[in-house]
Amino acid sequence: MGEETVTANHPLVAGIDIGSRSIELVLLQDGQVVHWDLLPTTFDPLGQCRSLLDRVRAARIVATGYGRKLLLENLDHPEITAITEILAYALGARHLFPGVRTILDIGGQDTKAIALNMDGKVAKFEMNDRCAAGTGKFLEFMAVALQVPLEKFGDFALQADRRIQINSMCTVFAESEATSLMARGESPANIAMGLHLAIVSRTVAMLRRVGVTPSVLFAGGVAHNPCIKSLLEESLGASVLVPVQPDLVGALGAAIYGQKLVAHE
Amino acid sequence: MPTPYDEMWEKLNLDLTAHEGLLQVLGKFYGDIYLTQEGRLKGMEYLDFVLSEVHGLRIKEIQEAKAQGRKVIGTFCVFVPEELVLAADAVCVGLCAGAEIGKESAEKILPRNTCALIKSFVGFKLSRLCPYIESCDLVVGETTCDGKKKAYEIFEEYAPVYVMEIPQMKQACDRDLWKAEVRRFKERIEAIAGKEITAAKLREAIKLVNRRRQVLQRLNQLRAAVPTPISGRDVLLINQISFYDDPVRFTAKIGELCDELEKRVKAGEGVVPPETPRLMLSGCPMAVPNWKLPFIVESSGAVIVGEESCIGTRNIRDLVDESGDTLEEMLDALVDRYMRIDCACFTPNQERLQNIVAMAKDLEVKGVIHFALNFCQPYAIEAFKVGRALEAAGIPMLSIETDYSMEDVEQLKTRVEAFLEMVG
Ligand code: SF4
Ligand code: SF4
Repeated sequence: MGEETVTANHPLVAGIDIGSRSIELVLLQDGQVVHWDLLPTTFDPLGQCRSLLDRVRAARIVATGYGRKLLLENLDHPEITAITEILAYALGARHLFPGVRTILDIGGQDTKAIALNMDGKVAKFEMNDRCAAGTGKFLEFMAVALQVPLEKFGDFALQADRRIQINSMCTVFAESEATSLMARGESPANIAMGLHLAIVSRTVAMLRRVGVTPSVLFAGGVAHNPCIKSLLEESLGASVLVPVQPDLVGALGAAIYGQKLVAHE
Repeated sequence: MPTPYDEMWEKLNLDLTAHEGLLQVLGKFYGDIYLTQEGRLKGMEYLDFVLSEVHGLRIKEIQEAKAQGRKVIGTFCVFVPEELVLAADAVCVGLCAGAEIGKESAEKILPRNTCALIKSFVGFKLSRLCPYIESCDLVVGETTCDGKKKAYEIFEEYAPVYVMEIPQMKQACDRDLWKAEVRRFKERIEAIAGKEITAAKLREAIKLVNRRRQVLQRLNQLRAAVPTPISGRDVLLINQISFYDDPVRFTAKIGELCDELEKRVKAGEGVVPPETPRLMLSGCPMAVPNWKLPFIVESSGAVIVGEESCIGTRNIRDLVDESGDTLEEMLDALVDRYMRIDCACFTPNQERLQNIVAMAKDLEVKGVIHFALNFCQPYAIEAFKVGRALEAAGIPMLSIETDYSMEDVEQLKTRVEAFLEMVG
């Protein structure tokens, strides 16, 4: 972005979400998104963060995501704070859709379900445990196994002509289950559908543990996948909201948090 | 590195190389988690010392006791009436089982989906790493959860095991069963120790154990002050050490520590600022050196002010009535006291829910973290009801299932921090 005049009254506030797959940056000024950017995490998350932040001049930075501490401890910036993804998603979701009461985030390596109370405060949350079952990573793995590009995987699954059940949620076992289904002549689209169904049933169980109150917002990288979205709606019996840029909700929420801090100063 | 204890360890048939590795890990872990704390009480030096000598001096003392003809009885559960052991002049040690070491050997004979505590005591034995287990003349098991029950059947091949039957309910017939079990245990202890448990002896033992419980109760009252005068980690450590230290010395030392604490409380001094969010832990016992969750919580900007667990209030809340004169009356008092234990192995277990809610209210905590070891059905399942009881009282709860490994530390941190953001 260009060289803008940044005065004390109109500070730029950066929210940065350091996930396991990608790092997103959102810049706010006076409550408006003035810039956003995104890079893959790679093996050098800190370097990637620096290159995202070097392009802007943020008066305050709020980090979130699993790499938040890394940035907090290593970035030399006078005004840097960290919040968890849970809070960041809550803030980001409410900013985009003020009526949101339930958030589902499926990211690269974890899944989160968050229930908000009327005022938008986090009331309850659940996260998947250490394994990648049912996360973006799982889909990525399975798309490779079925030789479908990841971005097309959802549409591909939607072409299924029947629903089969895949029982394993573990990446390794699911892959062998898919292989044996293929050997039995099941169509790849049906297998893909089965894998999507498996993720959704696991995810819905997690959502039900926090309670599903409409509106439901679906965020994170996997929210790009149309098949997951439609199966979710089917299973919840309600429509789910997907932001235009579902990957940016965490970074947006972090920036909003930063803005609140600035307002308090 | 040779130590003055090598010969003793060798006699106990420990695997010296692996054991040295264990002590190094333990030392490092303790250094990181404990010795980095600021503003600790002077009285904690005793605990530091006892822990640093956990396999040294204390084992030496136990060997000396053995040389004088005293027997050593190991236990795994707070249900085993220690008073009877002490009344027969035997030494009672709570075996800890809080480390991951030995897991591979344990998994050779136990299913992988067994809780970490069970794997740990089996692993320690199979890998010959625990001088306490090796010193035991008898290891007392109990029929609490299925995992332990079945594991003792296997463990029996490696150590002298005796199993007490613990009732599952609290009806009159259960009390009868328990009373019969207490009697059977008394006889077994008398036989092994070669000593009769007299009324005088038992009275003394009841007092001794009550005094230890009382000093720990006093500790809990003092630590409840705002600002918090002692870290939750330190209190957990004190409770952990209470299971294997000499009871007389321990009670005296913790009494001194409490005096120091009292001064601190009067002066309004704390280890954290007064506004630090107060949390309480509830659930499975955290055995040495399982300090993982307390460390995560206390390095996330909160402070732990209570442990509803067997290495915590469940072990010290109730005293044995001291008014009994005859042996029979005293046995009844013991039976009644132990029947009050609200372990998740009981059904129904309404008392535990009430106790947790009452404790959380008394301590004015912002929330409760429920801790269940992976694959621990009693506590993991009961977590649901605990959560509901707390919710009804307006107290948020975070439910955590984990084990002794360090792999999930980052995820746990996120959960704990998000919980703090939520309750803060
Ligand atoms: S939790 Fe239950 S089984 Fe475990 S030590 Fe405590 S009383 Fe015994
Ligand atoms: S933690 Fe649970 S499963 Fe493990 S021994 Fe205790 S009650 Fe049994």
